[in-house]
Amino acid sequence: MGNKIEISGLEVHYGGKPALNRVSFDVHENEILGIIGPAQSGKTTLLKVINRTLEFVPEATLNGTVKLDGVDISTVSDVYGLRRRIGMVLPLPVGLPLSIYDNVAFAPRAAGIRSKSQLDELVERCLQQAALWDEVEDRLDTLGTKLSGGQQQRLTIARALSHEPEVLCLDEFSIAIDPVTTMRIEEVLKTLRKEMTILLVTNLVQQAKRLATRTAFFLNGDLIEIDSTDVIFSDTPTQQATYDYVNGTFG
Amino acid sequence: MNILRKKSTANLPFSETVIELFIRLCGFSCIIFVFGIFFFVFREGAGFLFNGLDIGQFLTSPEWYPTSLNNKRYGTFALILGTFSVTALAMCMAVPFGLGAAIFVSEFCSPKLRETFKIVIELLAAIPSVVWGFIGLTLMNQLIIQVFNAPIGLTMLNGSIMLALMSVPIIVSIAEDALKAVPDSYREAAEALGATRWQVVYRVLLPAAKNGLLAAVLLGAARSIGETMAVLMATGHSVNIPSGPLSWIRTLTATIAAELGEVARGDEHYQVLFIIGILLFTITFVVNLIADLVIKGIRQE
Ligand SMILES: Nc1ncnc2c1ncn2[C@@H]1O[C@H](COP(=O)(O)OP(=O)(O)O)[C@@H](O)[C@H]1O
Ligand SMILES: [Mg+2]
Repeated sequence: MGNKIEISGLEVHYGGKPALNRVSFDVHENEILGIIGPAQSGKTTLLKVINRTLEFVPEATLNGTVKLDGVDISTVSDVYGLRRRIGMVLPLPVGLPLSIYDNVAFAPRAAGIRSKSQLDELVERCLQQAALWDEVEDRLDTLGTKLSGGQQQRLTIARALSHEPEVLCLDEFSIAIDPVTTMRIEEVLKTLRKEMTILLVTNLVQQAKRLATRTAFFLNGDLIEIDSTDVIFSDTPTQQATYDYVNGTFG
Repeated sequence: MNILRKKSTANLPFSETVIELFIRLCGFSCIIFVFGIFFFVFREGAGFLFNGLDIGQFLTSPEWYPTSLNNKRYGTFALILGTFSVTALAMCMAVPFGLGAAIFVSEFCSPKLRETFKIVIELLAAIPSVVWGFIGLTLMNQLIIQVFNAPIGLTMLNGSIMLALMSVPIIVSIAEDALKAVPDSYREAAEALGATRWQVVYRVLLPAAKNGLLAAVLLGAARSIGETMAVLMATGHSVNIPSGPLSWIRTLTATIAAELGEVARGDEHYQVLFIIGILLFTITFVVNLIADLVIKGIRQE
């Protein structure tokens, strides 16, 4: 299995304060990589590095390299195209203040797709994939912000899929939604991993255990340990801190 | 809800009851003042309005001869046209410029530059309108004469440039607030979808902030309609049906300001000036009502 992403010596500082310390690891193609760790440990920062939205934080500085399919992403000149190769789902569901249809069609339109029939087909496919189509097919032109939290989160997943990403990043997607929707989305992720690589940042260690092929444990900007999920959740991970965190005896 | 509210008032300490009473008074006094002003203006004009004034002629005749000895005519059509045309032209300049500046300040400029901009805009807002009138009377007058080869530069164009300069700060600051109020999560979400900064602006921010932006435009227009001194000085102040930006005009407000000092209290001319006041009241009321309806319409959508 090849490497989809290769991260080496990645360091991020916000105004001089470290957020990631010389982190190196690879993400395999078509795996679900679970990323766990307490708040403030640099998980969100890592995702922002990967889709280069860290560039919107003026005080952030970055060292090290991130390669996507072997190409250093900092050398990619079409940064907007690069961002569309990566789907991003944020912790709080953000339905843009547009119709459901326009939410999903946003990225394809930004990429220049105009054909109505092409967009129709794409919107339906993405909403199907995100397990939302049945609930909204008869009201695609209502505001996305009118949906319930769980529906909005599935809408953002449909939106993240709309530009056919190679990598899907989810940042604590279940933090504001109910357990039933969480389970539905987890099922969706299991199917999606056949088509793409998934980075699953999660606040629920059990979620990583359920879904991830491998799991990485971050703490205060350090990558403490990355290994197959079985090992991380066994009684004998390499690091004591991992064991403590996973078993809830941390801190 | 009601029960909760009663209970909480009952438990309030004395000082809070006093504060609450004071705040209530402030709130109610606003309403009282508005009605009081309306009542006063209405009372001064009411006699002639219901008894003697030909309202059809008042609204549609361009003949404004309030001081003619044997044939007084009170037609405000030219004045109404003057007010609306100078405001419309001013808005044509101020709206694109003001919204553009607001978008730039809130989305594209560095925090340092933003502070500078805000100070400049506040300064601009603080310039008294008589100073604008003075600039119109001297500088802009000369400029228009030279650029357009016009005989005189005190024109609708001159007045609307002054009005535009006066309403731009209002439009910029309200529109900027509206844009700033759009949650950052919208920007982040759109950026993660590969939108360029400009796509973020027109596909996400403008739709999200449209109520506030509309309010900015309407308040700018209201400022223009109500403005007196600058237009009095810059537009030539002569009763005339405008035929283009280089016509001289006269507005409703300027007419009241210029003539109220010259009339005897209680006579016809005096009362007509107050009726013009009622007309202005009605216009602003209608503008506000339209604004409310439009905003409600947008909300329901
Ligand atoms: N925009 C920012 N400006 C300054 N510091 C930030 C910013 N975003 C994150 N940080 C800091 O970077 C560290 C890592 O944060 P983050 O990546 O959000 O961690 P996590 O997602 O694991 O909670 C924290 O100490 C946080 O305070
Ligand atoms: Mg986070």
